[in-house]
Amino acid sequence: MITVQGLYHQLGGNPVLRDVSISLPSNKMTAIIGPNGAGKSTLLDVIARQSKLQQGQLYLDDQDMTQIKPQDLALRMALVSQQNGIASRIRIRDLVGFGRWPHHQGRPQAQDLDKTAEALDRFDLNGLGGRFLDEVSGGQRQRAFVAMAYCQDTDWLLLDEPLNNLDLRYATALMVQLRALSQVQSKGIAIVIHDLNYALNYADHIVALKEGQLAFEGAVSDVANSENLTGLYDTPVEVTKTEKGLFVQHHLMAAS
Amino acid sequence: MALSEQWCFYGFYWGEDPMPDTRLIVLFLVLIGAGVTYLTWGLAGPIAFILKLRAIKLGGLLVVGAAVGLSTILFQTISRNRVLTPSIMGFDALYVFVQTSLVFFLGGLGFSQLPRQHLFAANSGALILCSLVLFTLALRKTRHDIQLMILVGVVFGLLFRSLSALMQRLMDPSEFAILQSVSFAQFSGIDRIELLASFIALGGVAVWLVWRTSVLDVMALGKREARSLGVAYDRVQFEILCAISLLVSVSTALVGPIVFLGLLVSALAHSLMQTHRHALLLPASAMIAALILVAGQAGFERILNLQSTLTVVIEFTGGLLFLILLMRGKIQ
Ligand SMILES: Nc1ncnc2c1ncn2[C@@H]1O[C@H](COP(=O)(O)OP(=O)(O)O)[C@@H](O)[C@H]1O
Ligand SMILES: [Mg+2]
Repeated sequence: MITVQGLYHQLGGNPVLRDVSISLPSNKMTAIIGPNGAGKSTLLDVIARQSKLQQGQLYLDDQDMTQIKPQDLALRMALVSQQNGIASRIRIRDLVGFGRWPHHQGRPQAQDLDKTAEALDRFDLNGLGGRFLDEVSGGQRQRAFVAMAYCQDTDWLLLDEPLNNLDLRYATALMVQLRALSQVQSKGIAIVIHDLNYALNYADHIVALKEGQLAFEGAVSDVANSENLTGLYDTPVEVTKTEKGLFVQHHLMAAS
Repeated sequence: MALSEQWCFYGFYWGEDPMPDTRLIVLFLVLIGAGVTYLTWGLAGPIAFILKLRAIKLGGLLVVGAAVGLSTILFQTISRNRVLTPSIMGFDALYVFVQTSLVFFLGGLGFSQLPRQHLFAANSGALILCSLVLFTLALRKTRHDIQLMILVGVVFGLLFRSLSALMQRLMDPSEFAILQSVSFAQFSGIDRIELLASFIALGGVAVWLVWRTSVLDVMALGKREARSLGVAYDRVQFEILCAISLLVSVSTALVGPIVFLGLLVSALAHSLMQTHRHALLLPASAMIAALILVAGQAGFERILNLQSTLTVVIEFTGGLLFLILLMRGKIQ
């Protein structure tokens, strides 16, 4: 379990997160939702130790995260960022292989190569392994970064808007993959996501942020209702239970 | 199959063939050939004496070439930009500024009477010290933002250039002429002790590079990616900056400023090696730079009988070729 307590965070002098206390359950998928600028990426960055912890406590399975060495944390937690600015000309296969770096520190063994091959296969990148990262589409890039994080083979996987650029086939495939990873490989997954239909139907747990504060948190079945979501986005959102799952309607403004 | 997969993973690509580093071996042999040619071509007169002179000059060409090649790749790795070289930080401007101040305050005669090795030590010391102070302060102020730090360097470079220009206006023409000769790199009259000192500095950096080469590959991915792979990005970035500072300072103090060679060399190294791996890029770039200098110097001395204009021409062709590569879209 990842526990965040009393987290405050400032960026450029502005308070971005205020008194956020949440917990991300192990072996489950948590969707982090909220309007643009709510502080979702910042929260993920603090948890993944991309940004220094300014105020508050961070625990990974009851261990103070500030005491964990970066090398060791990289073996337990992988992050897929919202923007990745990789400029160097690198092949997809090599990029995905870098996910193994925390394990081999520059000297890849047979199991590292196997894991890389498996990741390429799992994320449908086999035909693209030899292509340069700057010569593939945005969605293919995105999948390569997810495959790289998967390759890192950690208990925790944090993803910041991984559905960006993905068409609906790959978006659904990715969500199915992530759900399988949490259920079959018992990974804890935290995913920042805007598509509420995916969030409510694939995640187990929801963390909702608004203007830097926690709006609500809890199991999907407890908190994912029309009232909470309408308040979160200040836009009419309607959640309907169907026999196939939850259906979220928000694209039509309610007639007056 | 398994083997070729492995080679691919290591990044040794050359077309379809998983050939490890044939290109490095060829480069190395060509460089040896160029060195031997330079030493022996047109030997006449007091052979031992001339050989010794040529060997020192060759040593200077090799050390400076390696320093330029390595520092440029390293700088491009942390700035994540393939059209930059460390000289954008104003190393050359600072060097010219120090020389100008010395001539200005000591006079032309005083300057030329300065003990050479002291001057070398003072020059490299001043360059290393100034760049380290700049790195430390700028990085702290900009929260380790390398782009901002580069901008600070550019501004300081401009400042030093203007101060030098001001002092040069106030000098008499003979003193100004002395300065002109130190504003371009000179390979004649390299001192043995200075060469040895530069060689030791280069060797130190090279050992560090061999040890760190794999981390450099991760650094090239960028700050976020390197951090999430468990690399202490800010610390390694500072280590790289120190290595760059040492390389550029020593090579500049040894022969003078070289600006464009690095761009040319890194462009060539990238198009030859086609890899992101520093284990291949760094040696390629060091050897290409050394090769250009040695071959150029040999051609200039033996064919054209010119002594001092090599670097002028290299800077010119470097700039030109660089523009061509840029327009062809070879540099990314
Ligand atoms: N480097 C920065 N300096 C100042 N403010 C920032 C910076 N980065 C983000 N912010 C602000 O912090 C808030 C939260 O940003 P972010 O966590 O990226 O939001 P989200 O991911 O939820 O869209 C926003 O209001 C944004 O404008
Ligand atoms: Mg965001």
